Order: sequence, then structure tokens, then C-alpha cells
Amino acid sequence: MNMTGRDKLGLALIAVALIALPFVLASAGTAWVRITNFAVLFVLLSLGLNIVVGFAGLLDLGYVAFYAVGAYVYALLASPHFGLHLPFWVILPLGAAVACVAGVILGAPTLRLRGDYLAIVTLGFGEIVRIFMNNLSSPINLTNGPKGISRIDSFQIGPVNFAGSDTFAGLVFSGPIKYYYFLMLVLLGVIVINRRLQDSRIGRAWVAIREDEIAAKASGINTRNIKLLAFAMGASFGGIAGGMFAAMQTFVSPESFVLNESIMVLSMVVLGGMGNIWGVIAGAVLLSFVPELLRYTVEPAQIALFGKLLIDPEVLRMLVFGAALVLTMRFRPAGLWPETRHRREMSENRA
Amino acid sequence: MSPRDAGTVSSGFERSPTMDILLQQIINGLTTGSVYAVVALGYTMVYGVIQLINFAHGEVVMIGAMVAFSVISALAGGSLPPLAIVLAGVIAAIPACMAIGYLLERAAYRPLRHAPRLAPLITAIGMSIILQHLALLIWGRNPLAFPQIIDNRVFAIGGAAISSVQIAIILMSLAMMAGLSWFVYRTRFGIAIRATAENVHVAGLMGVNADRVIAATFVIGAGLGAVAGVMYGSYYGIAHYTMGFSLGLKAFSAAVLGGIGNIAGAMLGGILLGLVEALGTGYVGDLTDLCRWPGAGGDIGWMGAHCADGAHFVLFGSNYQEVFAFLMLILVLVFRPSGLLGERVSERA
Repeated sequence: MNMTGRDKLGLALIAVALIALPFVLASAGTAWVRITNFAVLFVLLSLGLNIVVGFAGLLDLGYVAFYAVGAYVYALLASPHFGLHLPFWVILPLGAAVACVAGVILGAPTLRLRGDYLAIVTLGFGEIVRIFMNNLSSPINLTNGPKGISRIDSFQIGPVNFAGSDTFAGLVFSGPIKYYYFLMLVLLGVIVINRRLQDSRIGRAWVAIREDEIAAKASGINTRNIKLLAFAMGASFGGIAGGMFAAMQTFVSPESFVLNESIMVLSMVVLGGMGNIWGVIAGAVLLSFVPELLRYTVEPAQIALFGKLLIDPEVLRMLVFGAALVLTMRFRPAGLWPETRHRREMSENRA
Repeated sequence: MSPRDAGTVSSGFERSPTMDILLQQIINGLTTGSVYAVVALGYTMVYGVIQLINFAHGEVVMIGAMVAFSVISALAGGSLPPLAIVLAGVIAAIPACMAIGYLLERAAYRPLRHAPRLAPLITAIGMSIILQHLALLIWGRNPLAFPQIIDNRVFAIGGAAISSVQIAIILMSLAMMAGLSWFVYRTRFGIAIRATAENVHVAGLMGVNADRVIAATFVIGAGLGAVAGVMYGSYYGIAHYTMGFSLGLKAFSAAVLGGIGNIAGAMLGGILLGLVEALGTGYVGDLTDLCRWPGAGGDIGWMGAHCADGAHFVLFGSNYQEVFAFLMLILVLVFRPSGLLGERVSERA
């Protein structure tokens, strides 16, 4: 990548802004840092799903399953449930690896399927994982069923525990702020990997499969392996995000991994622009703040107008996500910030 | 969820209880299978004509159940005979669902007919999310109990029981399947549907209005779905805004099992799926109870399972019911992607 002096300056400014951000937010309340952390978590998830949906064109509606797998791996290995307390740098990669295997297990039987079949099979897969988590409390208590697993360990690096606050150089680093910086590091890594992948042989193979699988096969691409790789990569990122989620929440239960979560992540990818990393990031940030936006606008507005809450913000949020999917496809099928190649493809008229 | 009429009927004869349970499971399976079959028809008809899965079909069925619930509850206290009240519910649900089916086609599918396949799929998912949450707004978050206004009589056959609701569901499904077959294979409009399914462009050249045919398949599928929703609601006695999701997933599995795009296949697939599910739910607990396995007299010495004194060590119980349909879907897609009766291939991009 060639960067001019102006690009470098812009990048440096963005970096400084991102480093300063949590302290600015903390002055408005730690809750805002937490909200931002979850937005970053959704950015991670969206980037993972983008590999499957955006790059390779495989519609995966069960993406939340990998998120769940990562979260449960972390929860089981770092909580009083089994009495295990492994350090996070062991469990996070392990969670990614287990999610990766789950991705391959899901991918293998579905490789030959066309888009819509794939969508419904992955959707069922997501449900299956949730049902298992709900029921694997008997005969042996593996997941603690619907009650979930609580008191999960926070991250611990040397003497620094991510659950409490530390003061360093006159600045108070609360738990969420430490997680913020860690998330940013992970995000940076994921973005770098994504960019390298996109421009690599593998990335071009994914695009080739997305645009015409038969032609891709005829050009000598091993479509089976390349598609499996997309599933595996996407799943691994989901697994890492899941592990982070478990540590940040210190509690996981099957209820966090319902279909609606998959739909949310999909909406972020679709709205931002499938295949375009920056678009997907923007989409995820935008839609992550929708619930907050609704809480501060629609809720008071309803109370002011009607004297009571007519529409639950939770419901409204899902309506917004549904509408985002429908309207994006109808009026801007390549997303708000489309990838150049994808824009051509999505606006092309096929007979 | 268990059907209302799970009670058993004692018959005067000496019978083997195992056979009675088997028969009972078959009856229950036929009932749910009939509902799946009718829902599956909606998927399969749309698929046959435009080769797309109507993702929102499950939600249309849910709306049918909800509308019928509202009408039936409103009339329940009145002086009308019970059968007329149920009929009124069905008659209200059908046009409501047909309207939604038509809107779906106009809003989500028609504008994107020439777009890449991913586009209508994503819109349909969006529409189903919207429908589901609109239903939540209208009918609330809690499950609604269908008023039981018809005296649900239970008859004994063999050693098993069959209720009048079950009989009604099976008969109505058969009637609807027969009606649809007659419509598709014996009427002029049916010929147009089949011609469009064969080749949209050539059908257009022969004077078939493809837009009308496609809209009609959505509307017919939604109408059938409305009735299925009422049947499902009155069988389980409950309607909920999320019921369309698993029902849709199962019916879709049924359509694929029979060979999607094939009307007879959807019926066969639905009934088979119902049977597999009922038998699976009935027996999987026993089959995976390690204590019932040969040689498991006392301790089986595995993960601390103790089998003495009739204890159980069930690996997979009936709480995995929702999984069966999906497992079958995967197996069919892996080993026979064209389904039992289908010729269409699922591989083409």
C-alpha cells in the first residue's frame, strides 16, 4: 500500500482520536465506554461474517453459533463451573480453534448447496447449537443449561486485572477502558488479516466463487477448500469475539445467542456494503448505536406524545434491522459504502 | 409443547403397551405431518415457479394463526355455534394472509427478480423479521391460548387415542392437497403455473402473464398457510409470534425432503417428517438411555453413571425434538439433494 504524506497524517489523527476516545467517553459515564466496547465487538463479528457473506458470497444465517462456541469455550475453561481458570491467552486462541472446527463441520456438508439452501441450513445449525447449549445440563452438566455460566474470569495480564481500575500516569484505567484497548488491538489485527486476505490469491478466489462458481472451478480454483477456508476463517473471528464477550460480560447463557443476533450482524454487513472492510465497519458502528439512539430519542418522544411507552425499543430495534435489510437491497444493493467490484456485480441486470 | 389431547384411552382389550405407544406416536405424527405438508406446499409452489425460497412463509403462517385467534376469541362468548366461530376464524385468516403474501411478492421479490440471488434472499429475511415484530406489537410477547370452544372428543382406535381435532386436521389437509392438485393439474390457470415453472420466457411467449402467475403462487401458498396456522394453533392450543420460525424451518425441511418444487413431494415430505419427529421424540430417550443398553446392569462405569434401581442416564431426551427435522434436512441434502420425488438439482449457482 502506497501512502502519501497526507494519508499518513490522516491515519495518525484517527489513531490519536481512537486512543483518546475512551477517556472522552468515560467523562460522560463508564456506560458509554461499555457501549462502545460492544460496538467494537460487533465490528469484529461483522468482519468475520463479511469473509463468508461478503468475500465468498455464502449466506450464513447461523453465524452466532460460532460466537456462542467461542463464548462457551471461554466460560467453561475460566469459571468456577468446572473449577478451571486458564489464562485468557490460552483460551482465546483455543476458542477460535474450536469455532474454526465447528465452521468446517458446518461447511463440509453444505459445500454443494446453493445460496438459499445454504442460508436455511446455516440457520438451522445456529438453532441446533443453541438447543444443545440449553439441554447439555443433563445427564452430565456441561453447559448448565438455560441458567448459563456465571462468575467468568476477567482478563489478567501480570498484576493487571481487567475487572478493576488501575491508575497509571495520573489516568484512571477502568475495566471497560482496558477492554477497549485490548479490543482495538484485536480489531487492528483482524483488519490487517482481512486486508491481506482480500488482496491475496485466496481473496481473489473467494470473489471468483462469489461471482461464478462454475467459472471459478474451471479456472483451476479448488472451490471446496477455498469455501471451507472462508467458513473456517469467519468462524475463527466469531470465536474470538465470543471469548471476549464472555470475559467482558462475566456471564453467558444460551439466550445471548439467538437468531436475532445473527440477523443483526448480517444487517450490519449488508448495510455497510458486503465485501468492503471499511463499509462493514461503518455499518456495524452505525447499527450498534441504533438502540442507544432509540433510547434517547424515541422513548422520550413516545412518553412526551402519548404519556406512555407504546413501542418497546427492543422491538423497534428489530424493526429497524429488518427495514435496513429490505431497503438496502431495494435501493442500494451494494450497501452504503460499496466495494467497487461488488457494486458492478450487484447492479448488473441478469436475465 | 405438547398437544392438548395427550391423554390415553383405556380399551377393554389386553394389548401390548409398546404397540399402543407406537400407534399413538404414528397418529400424532400424521397430524403434525399434515400441518407441515400444507405449509410445505407454500414453499414448494413458490420455489417451483421462481426458484427462490420464500423465507417469510413461516411468518405468514404465524399471522394466520394470530388473526384466527383474535376472531375466535372475539366471537367465543357469542351465540354462534362453535363450528361457525372456528370457520369465521379461518375465513378471516385466509384473506389476511393472502394480502400479506401478495405484498411480500410485490415488495420483496418482484423488484429484485433480476438481481443476484443473494438480494431477494436478504430482503425476505428482512421482511420476516419485520412481520414477526409487527405481530409482537399487535398480539404481545406472551403465548396466546387458543380458546377451546369445540368439544374435543377422543376416540379409541387400537390401543391409541385420536381426537376430533386430529381427525379434522388430517381430513382438511387431505382436502386441501387434493384441491391444490386439481387446481394445478386440471385448470387453465394451473397449466399457466406449470408452464411458468418450466420456463418463464417461453410461457410469456405463449401468452401467459408471468407476473400474475408468480403473484398467484405467493397468494395461494399464503392462503394454504393461513389454514395451516389455524390447524397448528388449535392442535397445540397456543399461538406465539415466534411460532413461524420453527414451523417454517420444519416445513421447508419437509419440502426439501420430498423434492422442492414438487407438489406431491411436499405432501409426502411433510407426512414423513411428522412421523420421524413423533417417533424420534417418542423413542430417542429410551434409545440413548445408557442404562438400558445391554450390559448396563449396575454401574456402566462411564462418566459416573449409576444404573442401579431403575435409574436413567439419558443422553438425548425428547427435549431435542426441534433437532430432528434439521438433521433430516442435512442428511437429505448430503445424500439425495433432489429429494425423494424431485428432479431439480440444488447445486446450480
